[in-house]
Amino acid sequence: MNELSAVLTVASRDVVKLLRDRVRLIFTVVGPFVFIALMGGTLQGNLGRAAGFNFVTFIFTGVLGMSLFLNASQGLISLVQDRENDFSQEMFVAPISRYSIVFGKVLGETFGALLQSLPMIGLALLLQVPLTFGQILLLLPVSLAAALVGGAFGVASMSLLNSQRTAQQIFPFVTLPQFFLAGIFNPIKILPWYLSVLSLASPMRYVVDLERNVAYAGQPAYAKVVLLNPLTNLLVIAAMFAAFLAIGTWLFVRRETRR
Amino acid sequence: MTAATTPVIEVCELVKRYRKAARNAVDGVSFAVQPGEFFSLLGPNGAGKTTTISILTTTLRPTSGSVRIAGHDGVGDPAAVRRQIGIIFQRPSVDPSLSGEENVRFHAMLYGLFPYRPTYRMMPRAYRQQVEELAALLGIEQDIFKPVRTLSGGMTRKLEIIRGLMHRPQVLFLDEPTAGLDAASRHNLWDHLREVRRRGDTTVFLTTHYLEEAEQADRICIIDQGRVVSLGTPDELKADLLEEYLVLDADDRGALRRQLEALDLRVAHTGPFQVTLNGHSAQDVIRAIDGPLTMLRTHSPSLEDAYLRIIGATSE
Repeated sequence: MNELSAVLTVASRDVVKLLRDRVRLIFTVVGPFVFIALMGGTLQGNLGRAAGFNFVTFIFTGVLGMSLFLNASQGLISLVQDRENDFSQEMFVAPISRYSIVFGKVLGETFGALLQSLPMIGLALLLQVPLTFGQILLLLPVSLAAALVGGAFGVASMSLLNSQRTAQQIFPFVTLPQFFLAGIFNPIKILPWYLSVLSLASPMRYVVDLERNVAYAGQPAYAKVVLLNPLTNLLVIAAMFAAFLAIGTWLFVRRETRR
Repeated sequence: MTAATTPVIEVCELVKRYRKAARNAVDGVSFAVQPGEFFSLLGPNGAGKTTTISILTTTLRPTSGSVRIAGHDGVGDPAAVRRQIGIIFQRPSVDPSLSGEENVRFHAMLYGLFPYRPTYRMMPRAYRQQVEELAALLGIEQDIFKPVRTLSGGMTRKLEIIRGLMHRPQVLFLDEPTAGLDAASRHNLWDHLREVRRRGDTTVFLTTHYLEEAEQADRICIIDQGRVVSLGTPDELKADLLEEYLVLDADDRGALRRQLEALDLRVAHTGPFQVTLNGHSAQDVIRAIDGPLTMLRTHSPSLEDAYLRIIGATSE
């Protein structure tokens, strides 16, 4: 019981900090608008008919998956930040498991990512992305899965990095290629073999594809856009979540205690 | 405190060598602290104080040796140890973007004192009462709900001490708690710590490089280059290492020297004479001198003298 309370305590701190960081909130809400409305709109106008699917929906699902994954994983920089600000000491001397601390951080950043990304669904409706009520409801658990795997990916990445500065420098190199390999803005149905291999290794790919499993369900464009069936995506996401969290937490805890 | 009392802190042959380090940061340190004692670990920068306290507070694993705190093994059962200790770190470990109350609430919930609640108003009455009391104690009834970054350094330290004592630990570890504070804040903090000790029987374990802080302790352990170089009460340390002496002079130095030597005293210098008391009291010596003195000065060793001599000896 105490461990559960500790997980919630650690998680809620990160959510409170996010809600007080207006600049971060505005940026994360306005940023996707640029992509979905402007990029989606221009692509739809010029390439929509030729491609044979709705590009606004395509960009919306891509950006939604990307935002959830990125906001959660980048949020985990707070692990390094806490270490640098000496706040992690306060957590590490508490009579709770290190695993609860790390899981609390993942949960906090996951919830934060959902808060930052879900307004995007409202934007999609404004832009007349064809979503049924059932699809919107289904996007919620799918988005939760996307943010959770992003958080776990964040733990694994941050456990290898020393400082916030390094994290901010290295992280774009880890995530930027995934934008293209996961097909956020660009279709990846057909890829040369070497890009296929890299694409399969990109965690963001499964997150985005799962969002598209839901958003394109029942539409003729489903087969043109979607890469894998939802169950496969979900299984890969679950496996990646478990692996990233286990490895990341183990590395992080080891690093903190065995200096 | 009796001889039969079980020590609340037992450190035995503690060794810590950091990865890729050429020498041990802590090199075979052993000591025991009795319940209720105020124990100070004193040493220059880099002596191994923070490494020792980090191992005692379970945030760092030792290379070898054993640590027992309040009957629990520091390596084998760190969670049990953590429940029994409060820690004030060298650098403040509060979240400056949260309010004082939020920092305290975070601590209380993390230590399982109260179940998780998202807001102050939703917390049990017992907690709110405790917070009101501690805010009144610090005189920050209003400011405790403001972000910690708006509080002064001294006030933040006090908030940390109160936070560290919320779960009623048996031992309070203070790792150079006054580093970076101005003289007034230091003084104020020590008043507060004395008050804490007066109200409860908390064992206080302090690391410091300020002698005037260490001198207030019941016992001082001087550590240098990872090793214990001296351990005892402040008076014992001074007595063991330094002698009291008189500085005397007279117009007739020859007569004065003869009189002093007749008392079997060691007389140094050609004048003024430095006379080591060697068990005699200063009064006895002065009474035995016949003739006017032109200089009379007593020298009582300070802890600083003792400390400098100890540290000097180990670094030679």
